[in-house]
Amino acid sequence: MMVDGVEDEEKWLAAGIAGLQQNAFYMHRALDSNNLRDALKYSAQMLSELRTSKLSPQKYYQLYMRAFDELRKLEMFFKEETRRGCSIIDLYELVQHAGNILPRLYLLCTVGSVYIKSKEAPAKDVLKDLVEMCRGIQHPVRGLFLRSYLSQISRDKLPDIGSEYEGDADTVNDAMEFVLQNFTEMNKLWVRMQHQGPAREKDKREKERSELRDLVGKNLHVLSQIEGVDLDMYKETVLPRVLEQVVNCKDEIAQCYLMDCIIQVFPDEYHLQTLEILLGAFPQLQPSVDIKTVLSRLMERLSNYAASSTEVLPEFLQVEAFSKLNNAIGKVIEAQADMPILGAVTLYSSLLTFTLHVHPDRLDYADQVLGACVKKLSGEGKLEDNRATKQIVALLSAPLDKYNDIVTVLKLSNYPSVMEYVDSETNKVMAMVIIQSIMKNNTQISTADKVGALFELIKGLIRDLDGAAHDQVDEDDFKEEQNSVARLIQMLQNDDTEEMFKIICTVRKHILTGGPKRLPFTVPPLVFSSLKLVRQLQGPEENPFGEEGSTTPKKVFQLLNQTIETLYGVPAPELALRLYLQCAEAANDSDLEPVAYEFFTQAYILYEEEISDSRAQVTAIHLIIGTLQRMHVFGVENRDTLTHKATGYSAKLLKKPDQCRAVYACSHLFWVDDQDNMKDGERVLLCLKRALRIANAAQQMSNATRGSTGSVTLFVEILNKYLYFFEKGNTQINAAAIQSLIELITAEMQSESNSPDPAADAFFASTLRYIQFQKQKGGAVGEKYEPIKASADNSDLTHSIERFGNWCRWLDLSNLEAMLLKICILTILVFDIFVRYLGSRCFCDHVLQVITAVKDDIN
Amino acid sequence: MNYLIGAFKPACNISITFADGKNRKQVPLKKENGQTIMVPLFQSQENISGKISIEPVLGKKVEHNGVKIELLGQIVRELDVPGEIYERKTYPFEFSTVEMPYETYNGVNVRLRYVLKVTVSRGYGGSVVEYQDFVVRNYTPPPSINNSIKMEVGIEDCLHIEFEYNKSKYHLKDVIIGKIYFLLVRIKIKNMDLEIRRRESTGSGANTHVETETLAKFELMDGAPVRGESIPIRLFLSPYELTPTHRNINNKFSVKYYLNLVLVDEEDRRYFKQQEITIYRLQENS
Repeated sequence: MMVDGVEDEEKWLAAGIAGLQQNAFYMHRALDSNNLRDALKYSAQMLSELRTSKLSPQKYYQLYMRAFDELRKLEMFFKEETRRGCSIIDLYELVQHAGNILPRLYLLCTVGSVYIKSKEAPAKDVLKDLVEMCRGIQHPVRGLFLRSYLSQISRDKLPDIGSEYEGDADTVNDAMEFVLQNFTEMNKLWVRMQHQGPAREKDKREKERSELRDLVGKNLHVLSQIEGVDLDMYKETVLPRVLEQVVNCKDEIAQCYLMDCIIQVFPDEYHLQTLEILLGAFPQLQPSVDIKTVLSRLMERLSNYAASSTEVLPEFLQVEAFSKLNNAIGKVIEAQADMPILGAVTLYSSLLTFTLHVHPDRLDYADQVLGACVKKLSGEGKLEDNRATKQIVALLSAPLDKYNDIVTVLKLSNYPSVMEYVDSETNKVMAMVIIQSIMKNNTQISTADKVGALFELIKGLIRDLDGAAHDQVDEDDFKEEQNSVARLIQMLQNDDTEEMFKIICTVRKHILTGGPKRLPFTVPPLVFSSLKLVRQLQGPEENPFGEEGSTTPKKVFQLLNQTIETLYGVPAPELALRLYLQCAEAANDSDLEPVAYEFFTQAYILYEEEISDSRAQVTAIHLIIGTLQRMHVFGVENRDTLTHKATGYSAKLLKKPDQCRAVYACSHLFWVDDQDNMKDGERVLLCLKRALRIANAAQQMSNATRGSTGSVTLFVEILNKYLYFFEKGNTQINAAAIQSLIELITAEMQSESNSPDPAADAFFASTLRYIQFQKQKGGAVGEKYEPIKASADNSDLTHSIERFGNWCRWLDLSNLEAMLLKICILTILVFDIFVRYLGSRCFCDHVLQVITAVKDDIN
Repeated sequence: MNYLIGAFKPACNISITFADGKNRKQVPLKKENGQTIMVPLFQSQENISGKISIEPVLGKKVEHNGVKIELLGQIVRELDVPGEIYERKTYPFEFSTVEMPYETYNGVNVRLRYVLKVTVSRGYGGSVVEYQDFVVRNYTPPPSINNSIKMEVGIEDCLHIEFEYNKSKYHLKDVIIGKIYFLLVRIKIKNMDLEIRRRESTGSGANTHVETETLAKFELMDGAPVRGESIPIRLFLSPYELTPTHRNINNKFSVKYYLNLVLVDEEDRRYFKQQEITIYRLQENS
């Protein structure tokens, strides 16, 4: 059906063009022979083709353009005809004899153009006559094109000031009147299209109408080009008249398009000076008109205008642009009760952008806009509309983008209220925007009040709002958000310790509402921030005679204790333990033994009660040992208790190797390098021996269960500990003990049941080499090492190289990674061997062999 | 100018010339046979004078019982007593201040002619007769009272219009100016025309015969107007072949003119309103 319609239309267009061309041909002949009569006859017939009702506007336009070209020729002919002595007045009458109105009026306009040029009558009279006569065409499409033709031929003939057609005193008025009238009539025709034809073709009609809109809008452009239309005239006549037409036509499409047209074609300063009039029209428009877009464009234009030069800013102030726009928007929103919230928000967003551009110094304006927005939103409840929330984000982001400073934005009292109305999802988005702004600009937020306000603002990230279901939240997003909050907490800084403490309290208050999912993210930065404060309090500026109630490390620690406790509920015992240890260390630095002890106690309790996973236990015990080792604040008794406990825990780990490692690590608890009162060589040795026993037990256990003894790594590790304490001067550790350990390891390695472990082999070899190296150093150290026999013989070497070769083959991996791995290991080994047995011929052969093997592999 | 009628082999040629024939305005006149000839133009109260020449063929003598000229239907003048004409003989004639109140009119069913008839009466061989048409046009001064025609018409709840023609009496080269104002439009109008119709009635009583012709069909409006639209009218009368209005000429016939405003809707139904106008002849200044 549609296809047929289109095809038919093509056919009709073709027929129309053919008819037009045929008559144009005869017309040309008449023109060539100066036959006025025939020229008129054929031109009228030619123009009759434009009487068709069968074409869509687009096709009609094609036909019109052809006729237009022909009319240009006819106009030339008329001009010559008058030069030959034919009276233009007669000509003007003659063309009106045509019986059909459409050709008659096209001809009349054409002659009218010549008439004006001849200056035998004032331009204004001819124009007035033409624009009046055109009323005869009431058909919308034909009328629009005819009047468009009139507009076209008259554009350069308006009696404008400075034009050669300038008339008497009121000349500009005449020019303007003419254009206004043509505009009004065209708009009426255009609007009328909407109401003609069957309702089912509404979409098609609207499409056709939008194709024609520029014909109407062109008039406004012409108006804006009239030299003589100055601000006064624009204000007094042009704008009110245009607006009257726009408002009265009561047509959505027309109002929307024309308002935009007005805004686009007339200069910015005109808009600024006539804001009141222009804005006054908005509430009168149809409710369905997309006012937000139009008004936004206006504000956008004005914003750009304001941005174009600082010289124009006083103008804005003078006309009170902001309050006018603000009022207008209020009225529009009030008038259009069922305007979707999206519209209102968009408007406020544009207004905010405007005021930020024009009055960056007037925060109260911005706040006013936000306040109005809040008022509107309060009637709506939470926003459901996606696009509306997007606009809210834009609205809320605008001040951030402008000021690049959340502190300034926090001064906007209504800002948080707007945030109230977005859903939690948007609240989060907005919160992220805020945090990013702070990050980007490195904003200092230095008072507790501001911090409080800020956290209130970003509460979407801080806690669950309206019980939003968490299962739907993407895990990665959640992490990302919480990490941002963590970064934000780190950003909060004030050199005044009192205030900083307040800030910390405020942050704490907020983050504690976050629930178990958030605490693991938010507590650590708070803790570290507090610890930073503690360190600051120890600084030189600290007033040792601080008044009652002033911030002391003790108070901070109390707070910290309470803060970390919250992690119990998460539960996040491992994290809590780490934090306790951190705090303990800080307390250590502050010389607060009881506090440190308390923290350790807490950590131990956690370890005992909460940490049951063996792997976690291993990690925890190493942390405990590490921290405890560094503590110097404890008295002997406390320290003993703690070390004893730690050693106890170590021995109770599940896996033997873990036990072993923890136990030898405990040895360090009895030997603190820089503190002489903490060097208990005996207990160190006890620990190491105990570790050896455990290692041995581990070997045996492995032998019993798997049939091979497993790695010697543990032994080598213990050997290294021996060497450490040996070097540190622990007299309990002597060369003989080391020697026997080396032998033990060597024996283990060569035993039948030993499973190959190149890493352990290499480790051992390195250790031996270290001993060798120390020996060669000579001096006191060399002497000390002298009794230890640690060299491996060549057979060992050959053995190990062979083993390496086998291992390589055993791997037999063909992918590149494996190859690289092989080459790396090989290089290390070769280097190792090279250092030790430089010059050994047999060794060189071996190396070459291995390299060849690798080469083959690569090939 | 010489024109022979009726005679198979006329014995003489008669020619009629007007005294101011060279200067007098000539106007076209359509004859019964469809030919158009140019004839002199007179108006009432003018002297109709000139000369009659009678020229015997090839030197023959023409015997006659008298020569007379008639202004048909009215006046007879004896030009010569019975006698013989041997050679070309010229007779002047004059009808002074002839009352010719009616204009020449060429209608469908009726013609009003002015003819000069010259008769050379002969006993045998038949008289020789010559006719000369001329046209009479009478000019009217502009009427002292010439009201506009203004009227509101309509079909209830369907169409209400108000139209106005600037005058009720138009001269032949006049322009009809006016406008149509749409008060109510509930039908889909396609276009609107203004027609000029001529109504020629002949005879009287039961034998009255009326003939109506549409002389002009002038499109005023294209498309459907809405309430409140006002459409201008400007119709030049000069291109159309109009005559003045004739009312009951000699109890024989009348010619009346009407303006017919026709609105056509999309189903081609016609809505019209006819108004009589008076056409008169205004003295041209040329």
